[in-house]
Amino acid sequence: MAETAVRVRGLRKCYRDVPAVDGIDLDIAHGEVFALLGPNGAGKTTTVEILEGYRKRDAGEVAVLGRDPARADRRWRARVGIVFQTSGEAPELTVREVVRHFAGYYPSPRDPDAVIAAVGLTEKAGARVRALSGGQRRRLDVALGILGSPELIFLDEPTTGFDPEARRRFWTLIESLAADGTTILLTTHYLDEAEALADRVAVVAGGRIVETNTPAALGGRAAGTARVSWLADDGPRSVETDTPAKVVADLAARFGGEVPELLVTRPTLEDVYLELIAADGAGDRDGARS
Amino acid sequence: MTAVRTTALPSAWRIGLSRGGLEIRQVSREKEALFFTFALPIVLLLIFGSIFDFDIDGTGIPFRQYFVAGIIASGIMSTAFVGLGTGITNDRDDGTLKRLAGLPMPKSAYFIGKVVMVALGSLIETAVLLVIGSLAYGLTLPADPARWLTFAWVFLLGVTACALLGVAISALPRSARTASAVTTLPYICLQFISGVFFPFGQLPGFLRTIAAFFPLKWLCQGLRSVFLPDGVLAVEPAHGWEHGRTALVLIAWCAGGLVLCMTTFRWTRRGEE
Repeated sequence: MAETAVRVRGLRKCYRDVPAVDGIDLDIAHGEVFALLGPNGAGKTTTVEILEGYRKRDAGEVAVLGRDPARADRRWRARVGIVFQTSGEAPELTVREVVRHFAGYYPSPRDPDAVIAAVGLTEKAGARVRALSGGQRRRLDVALGILGSPELIFLDEPTTGFDPEARRRFWTLIESLAADGTTILLTTHYLDEAEALADRVAVVAGGRIVETNTPAALGGRAAGTARVSWLADDGPRSVETDTPAKVVADLAARFGGEVPELLVTRPTLEDVYLELIAADGAGDRDGARS
Repeated sequence: MTAVRTTALPSAWRIGLSRGGLEIRQVSREKEALFFTFALPIVLLLIFGSIFDFDIDGTGIPFRQYFVAGIIASGIMSTAFVGLGTGITNDRDDGTLKRLAGLPMPKSAYFIGKVVMVALGSLIETAVLLVIGSLAYGLTLPADPARWLTFAWVFLLGVTACALLGVAISALPRSARTASAVTTLPYICLQFISGVFFPFGQLPGFLRTIAAFFPLKWLCQGLRSVFLPDGVLAVEPAHGWEHGRTALVLIAWCAGGLVLCMTTFRWTRRGEE
């Protein structure tokens, strides 16, 4: 357990001579929730699929749970959980039948009914898979991904197409897995998702990692200038400042108490993310392969 | 954590049989598809049985009985070859195969599951066709255990060869949309030259030679040797049942099909590697 859960050095992968992954280094600690952020075509999915053992790399070193995924065996597979995009298998079977069936693939699976309860599908356990909503199917996908008590879970864009309530419930589920000490590698388009779930995020653009940091500190967010805005007599006003508390205190003194429409903001994760990928000049690489 | 690593992984057979159960349950609940798949050979048997109301020249044996053996063989090839060829392409297109490849499942378990499903389906279909054949067309089911033994190995080898070839051909179509066209062409052509719709002896020699390279001809012939009186040998081009050669050709196709499966099978869509 001394080694990191995921260790990547100089990872490269080209599609027809166009680099999709162009020299990525990555270290993910055991028990960490790590998010890969980046626009379509940045190389997220290619990177994750190499780590999962699906794609071959052109160059670089990769160790996932201490093994090279390109030479994955069944033992290694039993320690890794992949939450896939929803597949079309067995739509006429019930949730319980599907979960019980897939439990049979693992040397020591979790109790199927406990897993169904953990993903909040107990009420739907007797329902056919076909009859589930999109969010419920995704929960079933997660159930299948965690059945084998994996040490590491891959979640590729897990909540795409969810309504806000379903997304919140899904986050709670992922948080409970993380609390059990499971290492989680997540890719997402949603910055609020990364902010809510991840211990650290890496922003990927143009096949490279632009920055790796905690969500709070990414792009110098924590130390960055704050903006104080309020409603003055002659209309809305705002200033950028390194000392927002002092500005607010001065305003409070000037207004003799409450300041109308007072707001103190720092750059959002979205602001710094957009800045990071724009600086890389890769924000417009849409259409390239992800 | 250490307990996880020392526990034995489930065997390929155990997972394979469990997969067979999963597939059978899935298929048996798709009522519409199930009905029409099973209905096709039965409807063909009834239609052609009504049209072919004549005896095979010089034998006194109704052609309808000859046709029962042919349609059973054709039904086996339909379920095993066409069914698997299109079904597996579907599994690849909708991500089922990719998901399975990411599980600690021995790859062979997937194929065991498919063969179990196809063998059970073919067996039920064969039973239904035999019942219709004996009720409507006076086919007498053999009482001789030796004939049933022949049926057992011909059926098993035939299903296995067709199933493996179905798995192998699934690598060919670019997507599920074209899979049925890709699998139907060889199936229909072989049906016409292998002695399903016409007595094999009435085909031109060069077509018989071509057919003899493929499994359906031998499957038909093997089944005729089980269900038809020996009087029909008069119109068999070989004037004998050639059981040795039948076994040899079917085993060769099983082996060839297995090699093709091992070398060409893809768990992901084209370009995803």
